[in-house]
Amino acid sequence: MSSNRIVGKSVPRKEGRDKVTGRSKYVDDLVLPDMLFGATVRSQIPRGRIRKITFASGIAWDEFVIVSAKDIPGKNCITLIGDDQPCLANEFVNHPEEPILLLAHPDCHVLSKAVEAVSIEYEPLPAIFTIEQSERRSEIVWGEDNIFKTYLIEKGDLDGVWEKADHIVEGEYTTGAQEQLYIENNGMIAAFDAAEGITVWGSLQCPYYVHKALMTLCDLPAEKVRVVQMETGGAFGGKEEYPSMIAAHAALLAIKSEKPVKIIYDRMEDMAATTKRHPSRTRHRTAVSKDGKILGGEIEFTIDGGAYLTLSPVVLSRGAIHAGGPYYWPSVRIHAKAVATNAPPHGAFRGFGAPQSLFAMERHMDRIARAVGLSPVEIRRRNFLQPGQATTTEQVVHEPIDLGKLLDRALEVSDYHAKKQRFANEGRLGATRKGMGIAAFLHGAGFTGSGERYLSSVVGVEGCADGSVRVLVSSTEFGQGTKTVLSQIAAEALGLPYENVSMAQPDTLEVPNSGPTVASRTVMVVGKLVQSAALGIRQTLISSKLLRESYSPDEFRAACQHYVAARGEFRSWSRYEAPSDIFWDDQKYRGEAYAAFAWAVYVVQVTVDLTTYGVSVDDFVALQEVGKVLHPLLARGQIIGGIAQAIGFSLYEKVVWQDGRMQNSQMTNYIMPTSSDLPPIRVFFEELGNVYGAYGAKGIGELPMDGPAPAIVNAVEDALNIPFDSVPLLPEDIMDGLNQDALAASAQDSRVRSTGVVQ
Amino acid sequence: MTDSREGRARAEISFAVNGEPKTVHVYPMERLLDVLRQHLQLTGTKEGCGEGECGSCAVLMDGILVNSCLVPVLQAAGSSVITIERLAEGGTLHLLQEAFLECGGAQCGICTPGMILAAVHLLNGTPEPTTEEIREGLSGNLCRCTGYSQIVDAVAEAAARRRTTA
Repeated sequence: MSSNRIVGKSVPRKEGRDKVTGRSKYVDDLVLPDMLFGATVRSQIPRGRIRKITFASGIAWDEFVIVSAKDIPGKNCITLIGDDQPCLANEFVNHPEEPILLLAHPDCHVLSKAVEAVSIEYEPLPAIFTIEQSERRSEIVWGEDNIFKTYLIEKGDLDGVWEKADHIVEGEYTTGAQEQLYIENNGMIAAFDAAEGITVWGSLQCPYYVHKALMTLCDLPAEKVRVVQMETGGAFGGKEEYPSMIAAHAALLAIKSEKPVKIIYDRMEDMAATTKRHPSRTRHRTAVSKDGKILGGEIEFTIDGGAYLTLSPVVLSRGAIHAGGPYYWPSVRIHAKAVATNAPPHGAFRGFGAPQSLFAMERHMDRIARAVGLSPVEIRRRNFLQPGQATTTEQVVHEPIDLGKLLDRALEVSDYHAKKQRFANEGRLGATRKGMGIAAFLHGAGFTGSGERYLSSVVGVEGCADGSVRVLVSSTEFGQGTKTVLSQIAAEALGLPYENVSMAQPDTLEVPNSGPTVASRTVMVVGKLVQSAALGIRQTLISSKLLRESYSPDEFRAACQHYVAARGEFRSWSRYEAPSDIFWDDQKYRGEAYAAFAWAVYVVQVTVDLTTYGVSVDDFVALQEVGKVLHPLLARGQIIGGIAQAIGFSLYEKVVWQDGRMQNSQMTNYIMPTSSDLPPIRVFFEELGNVYGAYGAKGIGELPMDGPAPAIVNAVEDALNIPFDSVPLLPEDIMDGLNQDALAASAQDSRVRSTGVVQ
Repeated sequence: MTDSREGRARAEISFAVNGEPKTVHVYPMERLLDVLRQHLQLTGTKEGCGEGECGSCAVLMDGILVNSCLVPVLQAAGSSVITIERLAEGGTLHLLQEAFLECGGAQCGICTPGMILAAVHLLNGTPEPTTEEIREGLSGNLCRCTGYSQIVDAVAEAAARRRTTA
């Protein structure tokens, strides 16, 4: 069965018809009888002690169900990596969106007034809002030192390289927070029944994260907590962790009111209160030889985690491991640190730390190129990782990746050299400047290090009574095509038509824990398990003599029907087992960080308008090696969509903070790209294959988020000859940069005039 | 959410939805979006931002593309409203729905109903749009998944098919 009849083809999206006809059911489309609507009363200050809560007159409070921390049956926390984040603040608040009270009422229209009518008196405490303030430790807002987590990655003898270096190149790079901005806001419905326990239906990525959080919060055993994923209108990491909080709130209201309760955030609440991409600061100090070889370097990667631990240690880990980019470092020391501030916790967003540290790496490569006097192309070519060499964590590259070839092809299809020459010849005249920028990068697929081993995911494939096949996973669809690709894999493995395979709705009562739908792991890791569970179905039918080695779909159907009729439920399970050649040392942070890396080179052409200071992306070439492409249309959609988000991250999307609170929490003033802002994005795949993934696939979802920001800022530097080292890069930043550049030039002019020599 | 009921009585408001006459007993300032979703159970129309920025709640009102989150229902009185549910009546997909499926124009699906109605509106006025006209015509509808390219492909494909079948 190696002909790949289905894998590699763009079959119709499983749930596509329901989506284009508006029939898909998202959580807000679900109405339960006698349902109440819930709302959240939040802190209004970044840090302090709650002194008094008063309910203003003029509201029929007796019509409301009101829940406070005292109503929590179990532990007052949202369990994730740690238990530090309360579900409802009891005494202290640590950020300005911290939930304190919950209200529910049969009429959703009266809730906002009621929320406003709750007034809370605080004893304010000093708060901190930046990485630098947190590092200063004048206020300790978390633990003993404001530090959530540190990692140290060390390779080779760094201390010996500085004196051998012909150039020592330093740079500091920062990235801002970014809102995921899924178009469907977060929402959850909960219902409680003393006999059956709690059930929640919601917009979410990770059913078993919510399940675990509700068990702890409600003090219920696993079988009395049920989590059902509804159709989910985009997530991008933004529905990885916060849905546990909303589910917890809806559950508490449902338990107290004994009625179903729906909580749907409006856009403003969703943007202000839920997680965003971690702001970051990266410092590079690199020793380079005169021929442009990296000899070694020190990298400091720091992220702002906000008020609670949440996922920051894992975001930090991925950022740290990607900080060296796709280059060979004979020696390196990477210090990574996640710090606490009094902002709402930052969280998962496509790329998960890698877009931040790779922005720094790829900007820094251009800086090194300038220092050494080489082109951005040549500096990369001389330092690319080669097969047989080891990454910063000493992971040896085994696959025959040729990054130089990837670079050449990207330069060719983008017409890089001719354009660069032409833009240089056009010179400094006219009202626009054009430039070309490159980024080369990698993205590790699956959980970092020993993560997959700890997750120990389980997948089921069921032979149904009607002879069809159903895939049982908690892996969720939220636009990427999970249902489609996992069905393709099962159909391929069983030699059945794609139409004969269906997907169970992710419902913890029904499906096993196949792990969270994150980290570009679904196709590669879960897909491989689906393949093996599907083969289990086939093997069982063959060994029970119901099926021969080769069979038609009709014969399979008959055999499956026969098996179920004779023996009942027919399910095959497959559990993740770490490949024996993957080794990871959690203490030293050394070893095989990922089962596979996807590799890419992106080339961007920009125009900077000197009148408006706006930057437009004119052409975008995205070339990547992602193993076998299982569904070309969906894969292309993932790449283009990720690049669009990354263009937003680079040029449009700025979270404006004041005292830890997002000030522009509306689509009116937080600007994401529209169809007329984006260029056509040209996508190219190389396919090397991957032994660990289903049918040779690697992870693909996050990769396209990593490269665009540095490629764009490199192109802006090429256009203006001014280095910018932060994103988002907005017109006002370009204006400032040009003004400073003009000032510096005129100061230099006057020095030249007065002394006759350049100082 | 503003309290649309305050100081006002409910009223009977009549308009056509997807070709059928409807009369609803509602507060006149209720949003057309809520009336469609909650009173008429037409949940294909989605709310994204509630302030007219994202276009997820777009419907056609007397042939004009409107954001139903910004339309008080009294303004719809006497009008003819078309929602996504109308497009595949009888089970046959509209050309645009087919093209969205084939070209990858729908990912998470939440912007899709509004996006498809915006595309219907565009093709009604501009049957043979250029790529730029498609991008401009859909720029009031935000999509966070696709980066728009495959949506633009779908609209161009639907326009091309309509030419060959017309």
